[in-house]
Amino acid sequence: MTYHDIVIIGGGPAGLSAAAAARKAGVQDILILERDSVLGGILNQCIHNGFGLHTFKEELTGPEYAARYIAMVEEEKIPYKLNTIVADISGNREVTYINREEGLVTIQAGAVILAMGCRERPRGALNIPGYRPAGIYSAGTAQRLMNIEGYRVGNEVVILGSGDIGLIMARRMTLEGAKVKVVAELMPYSGGLKRNIVQCLDDYGIPLKLSHTVVQIHGKERLTGVTIAEVDENRAPIPGTEEYYSCDTLLLSVGLIPENELSKGAGISMNRITSGPNVDDKLETDAEGIYACGNVLHVHDLVDFVSQEAALAGTNAAAYVKRTKESVPASEGKGHKVPLAAENGVRYTVPQTLNVDAMQDTVTVRFRVADVYKDRYISVYYDDKRVSKKKKKVLAPGEMEQVVLKKSSFAEYPDLRKITICTEVE
Amino acid sequence: MKELQYDVAIIGGGVTGAAIARELSRYKLKICLLERTEDVCSGTSKANSAIVHAGFDAAAGSMMAKMNVEGNRLMEQLSKDLDFPFRRNGSLVLCFAEEDMPGLHELYVRGVTNGVPDLRIITGDEARAMEPNLTDEVAAALYAPTGGIVCPFNMTIALAENAADNGVEFWFLSEVEEVKPAGDGYELTVKGKETVTAKYVVNAAGVYADKFHNMVSREKITITPRKGDYCLLDQEAGHHVDKTIFQQPGKYGKGVLVTPTVHGNLLIGPTARDIEDKEGTYTTAEELAEVTAKSARGVKNIPYRQVITSFSGLRAHEAGHEFILGEVKDAEGFFDAAGIESPGLSSAPAIGVYMAEMIAARAKAEKKEDFIATRKGIPHVAAMDREERAALLKERPDYGTIVCRCENVSEGEIVDSIRRTLGARSLDGIKRRVRQGMGRCQAGFCTPRTMEILSRETGIPMEEICKNQPGSEMITGRMEEVQG
Amino acid sequence: MEVRNLICIGCPMGCPLTVTMDGEKTDVTGNTCPRGADYARKEVLSPTRIVTSSIRVTGGEIARVSVKTKSDIPKSKIFDVMAEIRAQKAEAPVQMGQVLIRDCAGTGVDIIATKTVEVA
Repeated sequence: MTYHDIVIIGGGPAGLSAAAAARKAGVQDILILERDSVLGGILNQCIHNGFGLHTFKEELTGPEYAARYIAMVEEEKIPYKLNTIVADISGNREVTYINREEGLVTIQAGAVILAMGCRERPRGALNIPGYRPAGIYSAGTAQRLMNIEGYRVGNEVVILGSGDIGLIMARRMTLEGAKVKVVAELMPYSGGLKRNIVQCLDDYGIPLKLSHTVVQIHGKERLTGVTIAEVDENRAPIPGTEEYYSCDTLLLSVGLIPENELSKGAGISMNRITSGPNVDDKLETDAEGIYACGNVLHVHDLVDFVSQEAALAGTNAAAYVKRTKESVPASEGKGHKVPLAAENGVRYTVPQTLNVDAMQDTVTVRFRVADVYKDRYISVYYDDKRVSKKKKKVLAPGEMEQVVLKKSSFAEYPDLRKITICTEVE
Repeated sequence: MKELQYDVAIIGGGVTGAAIARELSRYKLKICLLERTEDVCSGTSKANSAIVHAGFDAAAGSMMAKMNVEGNRLMEQLSKDLDFPFRRNGSLVLCFAEEDMPGLHELYVRGVTNGVPDLRIITGDEARAMEPNLTDEVAAALYAPTGGIVCPFNMTIALAENAADNGVEFWFLSEVEEVKPAGDGYELTVKGKETVTAKYVVNAAGVYADKFHNMVSREKITITPRKGDYCLLDQEAGHHVDKTIFQQPGKYGKGVLVTPTVHGNLLIGPTARDIEDKEGTYTTAEELAEVTAKSARGVKNIPYRQVITSFSGLRAHEAGHEFILGEVKDAEGFFDAAGIESPGLSSAPAIGVYMAEMIAARAKAEKKEDFIATRKGIPHVAAMDREERAALLKERPDYGTIVCRCENVSEGEIVDSIRRTLGARSLDGIKRRVRQGMGRCQAGFCTPRTMEILSRETGIPMEEICKNQPGSEMITGRMEEVQG
Repeated sequence: MEVRNLICIGCPMGCPLTVTMDGEKTDVTGNTCPRGADYARKEVLSPTRIVTSSIRVTGGEIARVSVKTKSDIPKSKIFDVMAEIRAQKAEAPVQMGQVLIRDCAGTGVDIIATKTVEVA
């Protein structure tokens, strides 16, 4: 069996950044496995701007952002295989992939970095009543058909869900001559970034109807229209509020799901809220030597944070490989692991555990809130002690939040059992 | 328009029409099958419970009972001969209350009378030992080890392909507008195409069977579309139950079933609503809610969050709730296979044999010597072991390019689904043959690539690629075509 | 005097801004930081946007190349820019950063490729 120090599953923004960081940390033998025919992942079809403000301090389009990371990988001559799909990962890091040239191959990895990204929630998951005609696309599928293949997917459009891809596609289709009639959002708040609502909807006079959903699909062969209704606080449609919109296209932007079939196959423990693996502050899963980063770990809003997170995974995987090669006793990597709890309006945290002894000087904990909150504190508790609070004017589920924990802050808590991140009114 | 003469014309390319075509193709007869849509398995056959009933439901002595039990018996060998997925997983009918026990006994006795083997009434605890996710409310159950599950798509497609390999001509997008007696047979007007004449006509038109029957007979029949909504759950939920779980009809009405599918998903449903519209395959919020509510009574903790799609199918319900199989009394040479509602899928193998023998006898047709009795399905790389896969990939490298990542369907499989006998001409056709887009992302990732492959293989321009029938075009044109 | 309500897009907070305009004079309220005031002023006086789209490529490995305006253009010119973009064709190879339309729609801003497209 062929061996590689680090095998990275996925050549999108997470995989590329992890590869670059692992090389920087001194690991030579890296292999990226990518299922598409090009590197860059979903960025290739995200031709809009707004990427890279944090990483490169300039506003890039998706392909430009991807190109910078691809250039790093190319310059470092990090090997990658395209059109290669991973069929299986075992808990002891045997990776089985399949492609046209080699058929089915199993390789042994010193460390594995999971960077498979996420997929869109389909219509089926929503159980929208009606027929099943053509013309219903998840927003990303329509984006690919337009931006990569160059096809028009429709002329009169309704969008369900105000996730960022849906908002971006509302503008894109408008610019290409389609009529986007309305964006309906089930929740009383948008799932997308505020700037996308302004620049993609408001700029073009596209109405956003919050607390609304599609209750009926019309048309048997191709979509002819949808019925939209207002929903009550239990998200149930309110009778009498139905409105009919004629349209030939319905785009869905109703959420993203991390693609963790391989992780589950490897027996890695999964988090119910993020739908990603549980990880510690090194982004290591509970399977030794298997790391996770990017949208496969939890769905991000900004690619910049994906790159940051992935670089951390790459660096840590590199350290792990070196440590195992130098046969450092396993105890060195062990230490005092403390669980992170998400409470009172905080839905989850990544990481889910923190190794107080082995952590770096600072660890960024990312999380999302459960609802829109105004004038609330983000508090951090070490056991029962509130060690920090930060007032936030607005918190929204559509925008990822973070707190930074310093290693030095734990000095006074040798027997710490729990770290809690929560929102508080006072 | 030129006339095309056949010995037998079959109207309808569902599982019944395909089974009859396949069995008739054993004989020296010139046969055509006329199908309104672009593919076989496009109506009732594509949207049902995908189960093979044991045969205790139908009234003793009925055609339904006979065909069901015989169909169930034939299914195993047929699935091997024609290479489609079938599994005898067994079924349970749940009884929720002591007062319903007589009903369960009645079902048992009927089953024994119908010739269903190995039926057993078991206690609630025995049932829960078999199926740990049954609720505590389950008081007893009727266990039928011969119950099974099948892939209705591949079963229908396999029957049709084998019929075609044995000389049956399939006409697609060929809606029969009129059937009238002519000479010693019938003349069938096909919308936009040549007129077909045939000595014998088989009416296997599903929900439209009344229309054709009533064109030739004074004894009118009525087929009512009985709509049923279903929810299909992710393969992660596929092991929630192992057997097909029915509910005994009781004071709460008819229940819904919970069953694994042969592809490892979990299927729940159907509802039952009589409607007017023979194309009314729409789901309703009310019925989908009913599916979840009712299913929870017998099976606990169904992970409804893992629903990946919902759909609706129409059963061709005839007022007498009996299969109408045979030559129409006042229309010599016109054979009905009408009123084929549940257990129609289970019965199809038997109906095929029964009808074919009847028609062949009537036509005094001889058997062919060169009948091809078997057919091989499209290989599925993901299900192969290492050696098999390696051998296939050497010969066909395109089996190494995975297009549909949820179901691990390769380019080679998609190419084969298009190139082979009666190949797919629509995205739904590909999906039914090789499961591309059938998984949890519901074709989100693989739609563009699959469209390209279909276009490349068939020469159909991208703009004309359809989800199913004409009118279901996926895209409205190229971007550069619209100015302004 | 004219009053306009905006939502600040400077950061995720999305402050609701109110701009009171009296000729060239503007007064901004509702902002939390100076960036909000800057944004509001620009937005009411001369709103601009980066426009991104794609242009048809002949002879390339893919059918279209993604493009953008090299810098922001007046918001009122978006559809004029789009009309020129839509009418344009390019021939492979196209290099990322290559100018595909000069001075698009009289804005003085070029349209550049944001992706490299090799010859098929």
